[in-house]
Amino acid sequence: MNLKETYTISIYSENNVGLLNRISAIFLKRHINIESFSTSLSEIENVFRFIIVVNIDPNKIKKIILQIEKQVDVIKAFYHTDEETIFQESALYKVKSSSLFEERHIQNVIKKSHANIVTVSPEYFVIEKTGFRHETEELRKNLVEYGLLQFVRSGRISVTKSKMKISELLNTFNKNK
Amino acid sequence: MKNNKSNKISGAEAVIRCLLAEGVDLIYGYPGGAIMPIYDELYKFQDTLQHVLTRHEQGAAHAAQGYARTSGKVGVAMATSGPGATNLVTGIADAQIDSTPMVCITGQVASHLLGSDAFQETDIIGISTPVTKWNYQITRANEIPEILAKAFYIAKSGRPGPVLIDITKDAQFEEFIFNYEYCIGIRSYNPVIDVDMNSLKNAAEIINNSNKPMIVWGQGIILGHAEDEFKQFVDISGIPAVWTILGLSALPTSHPLNKGMVGMHGNYGPNILTNECDVLIAIGMRFDDRVTGNLETYAKQAKVIHFEIDPAEINKNVFADIPILGNCKDSLTKIIPLIKKRKHDSWINRFDSLMEIEEKEVIKSDLYPTKEGLTMGESIKTINNYTNGDAVIVTDVGQHQMVACRYASFIKSKSNITSGGLGTMGFALPAAIGAKMGAPDREVIAIIGDGGYQMTIQELGTIFQTKTAVKIVVLNNDFLGMVRQWQQMFFDKRYASTEMVNPDFVTIAKGYFIDAERVTKRNQLDKAVSRMLSTDKPYFLEICVEKEDNVFPMIPTGASVSDIRLS
Repeated sequence: MNLKETYTISIYSENNVGLLNRISAIFLKRHINIESFSTSLSEIENVFRFIIVVNIDPNKIKKIILQIEKQVDVIKAFYHTDEETIFQESALYKVKSSSLFEERHIQNVIKKSHANIVTVSPEYFVIEKTGFRHETEELRKNLVEYGLLQFVRSGRISVTKSKMKISELLNTFNKNK
Repeated sequence: MKNNKSNKISGAEAVIRCLLAEGVDLIYGYPGGAIMPIYDELYKFQDTLQHVLTRHEQGAAHAAQGYARTSGKVGVAMATSGPGATNLVTGIADAQIDSTPMVCITGQVASHLLGSDAFQETDIIGISTPVTKWNYQITRANEIPEILAKAFYIAKSGRPGPVLIDITKDAQFEEFIFNYEYCIGIRSYNPVIDVDMNSLKNAAEIINNSNKPMIVWGQGIILGHAEDEFKQFVDISGIPAVWTILGLSALPTSHPLNKGMVGMHGNYGPNILTNECDVLIAIGMRFDDRVTGNLETYAKQAKVIHFEIDPAEINKNVFADIPILGNCKDSLTKIIPLIKKRKHDSWINRFDSLMEIEEKEVIKSDLYPTKEGLTMGESIKTINNYTNGDAVIVTDVGQHQMVACRYASFIKSKSNITSGGLGTMGFALPAAIGAKMGAPDREVIAIIGDGGYQMTIQELGTIFQTKTAVKIVVLNNDFLGMVRQWQQMFFDKRYASTEMVNPDFVTIAKGYFIDAERVTKRNQLDKAVSRMLSTDKPYFLEICVEKEDNVFPMIPTGASVSDIRLS
């Protein structure tokens, strides 16, 4: 059995109801667990972008990409290794306000992690940290002892180092039409 | 006068006008609450758009498939929400895996009730997503023209497949100004890739320099309307050609280079020589596991040239040294001038001598049995004697299917209708109804086992009501024969739930006023088949065959194609 690798899949697509279901079904059918999944607008108007992170055999990833591209509403799909992309995750931490004033050490933790304080209220305050998984994870571990009320981390978002050429692709379609 | 009320039509009427614009004159379906507005319009348009009422929605889906497969047009099936829609799903899954162009229209509860667990509400978009090429839920009438135009375009373009359109009841009632435009392209969808001439040149060079080449063709030839180009390619190259089950009938059975079937119950020579050929030319086929057996030992010695329309099929199961993407009609047309005229006499002799072994070990006792009981093989042979290969043969799934595909002879394309990829028991009877309506001038013979027949037997009602002259042959061995064969071979004859205590099939057919008879002895067979094929009415023939016959040759699961067994 081949060792699994982490791949970031980028999908440019139409924004149609049900496409998310159609794409996740491709993974479900093959019993592949999705590590993270995020969607947003892309750089092109009316074109959506999915970023999906999976750990799979290198020989499976190409086949998955072809199955994704086969979907009618998908414009183009790519896969990249971590070296080929610039990627980040965002995390939010909700902490009891009392610890901010009573435990001086927490201020050092926040400062050292380059996290931002988003809001402060008498009961709680919220910290935001964007970075690599090990960075947001380290901050989470450090905050646990001060009473972490809530923690949430986003899926990976990423851009590629190479060009995607989606506008060119769409222009070719418009010309041929 | 844009806002003149008289220019407005209902969503339901728009659906009918869209179907007519797409050239649809026949649909299969079953009414119900959430699709009643569309049925009300069907009533008004009954002179131009025929609706066939099946006895179950699964029957409507399979009939639409059968219609699509013989006519080459898009099959249309219609059902109400909830159970109506879910009953279509088996047929949709079958059409997806066998690349059959089909548009299914389902009614849905009114949009304000979506998600409320309303009466007969089901999430058919969610359910059908993995088994459709595309699907869409319409909640506003003004979406209908564009979406239905897209549905037909997607269903029939590129690698064909099923599309499901779910329409809420309020969208069917809503009135709007109708305007229809054909879909000519979708920016996110590239159905056919242009053929790359360099790949073709490389392929031609390999083919021209090969010593032991073999062609394996599939349904792509039929779906691509490339039968003539394919025959030319075979004739010029002189290469022996073998078929997958869905490719059957694209080249006449009697063609000297047609060397039979590959796969689990295919012919001896084609399977063995798959692992001896130096070049394997796969055209419009997808290397299904029933074709390849163990992939680790499949044609490893051969250079593989893969003609294929769907990029996702390239290197999916078998690595292609030279992939040739595009419509095979186009790629074959372009490669023919590059192909040298050759003869491969000694290589072809290998096929023929292996066929001699198969004839001696298997075929002789199948077609000319000396034992008392009737065989499936001699039943098919007797049918051949009367059709001379000029009939559409519709088969179900199991032993009878393998035997029919091995022994039925064909002279025309689009004549073998079967459930290949999904293996759907119950497919044949409703598919035969559609096949006959799609090719009304042809003889359509459904060959079915006693198991699969009872899965959709209610469609006898459709045959009776529509007077569709299909000929139904049930090869009855009182067993789920293929499963029983596996139990015998791999489970020490523990026949768990495979024996069937069957009803009187002749009486049942007669209950539907269909002429029927039963044959139990060899000396009755010929006349019975003759009677069946001399009537222009529907006819039912039960042939009681040997109970525990097995289908050979056979490649056991997980074995290599060259380990094919003759007994």
